Amino acid sequence: MDFGLSDDQRMLQETLRSFLAEQVPIGRVRELRNETCPNDRAVWRQLAELGVTGILVPEARGGSELSLLDAALVCQCLGYAATPTPFLSSGVMATVALRELGSDEALALLEPVASGEQVLGVAVTETFSVREDAGVTLESGALSGKAMMALDAVGADRVLIAVTGDRLAVVRGDAPGLEVTRLTTTDATRCTAELVFDGVEPEAVFEHASRAITRMLDAGRIALAADVFGACESMIEQAVTYAGERRQFDRVIGSFQAVKHMCAEMIAELEPARSLLWYAAHSFDALPEESALMACHSLAHNSEIGWTDEQNLHFWFKRIGVARHLLGGPELLRERAAALQGLA
Amino acid sequence: MDLEYGERYEDFRHEVRDFLAKHKDARPTAGPYETKREELARWLGLQIDHGYWARTIPKEYGGYGAAPDLLETVIMDEEFNRAGVTRGLNAQGPSMLVPTLLEHGTEEQKKRWVGPTLRGEVMWCQGYSEPGSGSDLASLQTSATIDGDEFVINGQKIWTSSADMSDMIFVLVRTEPDAKKHAGISYILASMDTPGIEVQPLRTMSGDIGDNSFNQVFFKDVRVPLGNLVGRRGEGWKIANTTLKHERNTLNSNAEGTLMRLIRLMQRETCNGVSPMASPVYRDRLMRLQARALTMKHHGMRMLTCSLKGESPGVAGLVTKLQNCQLNFDIASLAIDVMGELGALYDHTKYERERGYWQAHSFFSLGLIIGGGTAQIQKNIISERGLGLPREPKPAKA
Repeated sequence: MDFGLSDDQRMLQETLRSFLAEQVPIGRVRELRNETCPNDRAVWRQLAELGVTGILVPEARGGSELSLLDAALVCQCLGYAATPTPFLSSGVMATVALRELGSDEALALLEPVASGEQVLGVAVTETFSVREDAGVTLESGALSGKAMMALDAVGADRVLIAVTGDRLAVVRGDAPGLEVTRLTTTDATRCTAELVFDGVEPEAVFEHASRAITRMLDAGRIALAADVFGACESMIEQAVTYAGERRQFDRVIGSFQAVKHMCAEMIAELEPARSLLWYAAHSFDALPEESALMACHSLAHNSEIGWTDEQNLHFWFKRIGVARHLLGGPELLRERAAALQGLA
Repeated sequence: MDLEYGERYEDFRHEVRDFLAKHKDARPTAGPYETKREELARWLGLQIDHGYWARTIPKEYGGYGAAPDLLETVIMDEEFNRAGVTRGLNAQGPSMLVPTLLEHGTEEQKKRWVGPTLRGEVMWCQGYSEPGSGSDLASLQTSATIDGDEFVINGQKIWTSSADMSDMIFVLVRTEPDAKKHAGISYILASMDTPGIEVQPLRTMSGDIGDNSFNQVFFKDVRVPLGNLVGRRGEGWKIANTTLKHERNTLNSNAEGTLMRLIRLMQRETCNGVSPMASPVYRDRLMRLQARALTMKHHGMRMLTCSLKGESPGVAGLVTKLQNCQLNFDIASLAIDVMGELGALYDHTKYERERGYWQAHSFFSLGLIIGGGTAQIQKNIISERGLGLPREPKPAKA
């Protein structure tokens, strides 16, 4: 019985935390938000050298084939540092989907992800939330329609798209007929886009992909929950540090119960949520029959914890605020959680 | 991450299951205070013989004498809960006094009290809170002076659970009025039938439901032998903290089980011919609570792992009581809301659901938000010991 992290996992977190603190400090994040897409390719390649981008990629394809818990720990570090990077889309969601599909054609697409040469965006919003009449269809070998809030698709080498009829398609980022428009959100650290398809010829189409789609959504939700968790963790640390330094009325403000109880309430929510997150991530590999439910609960629960705007913490606050609705908002996720148990 | 207990522990689990299957009819059906003492002692004795009660208490003091093993304890609790079999004596004697005596008592005190307490032959209540000393317990005023070879106790205790049904009380009194407040307290054992002790029941919001009774205990020139002092004079605060530590350990919740019960209730009830489960609003509230219950369940597993490895959980270990108590109350609140008008029924009225379980659970869990350290005191502890924020400055003396 050991409900906790291994030494390797703790080391992974420490290494990544100090790497991000040095290489992508918040000043660098501030610069990146002015780019067309804040994801920095140089950081992506450095993450590949650290073995991060291919953490879920099979060893035979150049990855390290670790567990979703390891990937979730990476996301936690990325959320903690508010790092703009396509790990959620390329390193988790696309990787899980292509691994699940399992064909040689699918797995080959993961090699450049593991090596850090390529970024794979994902467009799957319409599988759980259709707005603005969006949706992508395949007719006579060509893709038409549009996809909303696609992750990390701006400047991506390839995009993995959910297509009507339980299919997944892969298109090149520069494919003729594909128009990618950044949809700017309040979160300057994450890149979301609209994709419009006008007779785009896909590079590959995978039929009967419903399980791959479900698994990639579950993995994505757990990973995003971890990102939100990391952002919350950072905000609490900054708030507590500030409360312990700032003086008003001749006292450190952290000595006022009004302030210290707020801090206590935040940490009292945060620490148990860490346990839920570990279990959800662990269940994805070890207890797959539980993982869809745990994915819904961990993301909805962590989104609800993402609380108030504290001082200059807007990067984290906005990252959480946008993550709250990517891959399904709390109400949608809880409704799915109820449905998964036959309660709705 | 390894969630298996391993073969040795699974064998142990089977032993517990076999014991329960074979002996569950031997358990008393009434609560500990309504059961005949001999019957209760037989059941507790049977459990001690097999090592399922007082497992780690040394044999010489009436226990089973096994080495402490946290997983065995967890498995026993899981299996007894699953079988719906109570240990028989969920009282403050075994859970709080016994560990305290084992740590601080004299050899004679241990020999005299531990065994009979474990077998339910001697029932204890805890005399801590006073009308003017709740969260600030160390300000307590009940006094004990020395007269010959006896303490003479005067004062008043309040919120004393089960005092009306107890044989003995472990009580905190001020023996050194001139010492600083924490250093002037002693921990004394007294028989409840000593002349000068008067018990008055307190009626609480839960009325007669549940088996917990609250009382006030008055002490007027109560004479207790000096040998009933535990530890040394003036060490009572330190000793009481050992006891409170044991109390917080006993305040774990079974929110997952209560939540399952709530789901069954929601599947049974109808309003206007529609199940509350068909209402997205109720369903959303249920799913929020389920996420919290799952969170606290897995948090418990994480805390267990820390204990097994001897690692300090840090601030994560300080938040459990705060979160669990509020969660239990919120689960009961949804249950009552789901029943609508009929959720208000009480006192075994016609149409009352589950014999008033949910109202009783609601009131009881509300009480636990206060008892054993209020939520506000918990937040002080979390922010000061867990997050390192400074204490509130003391007001300047006028």
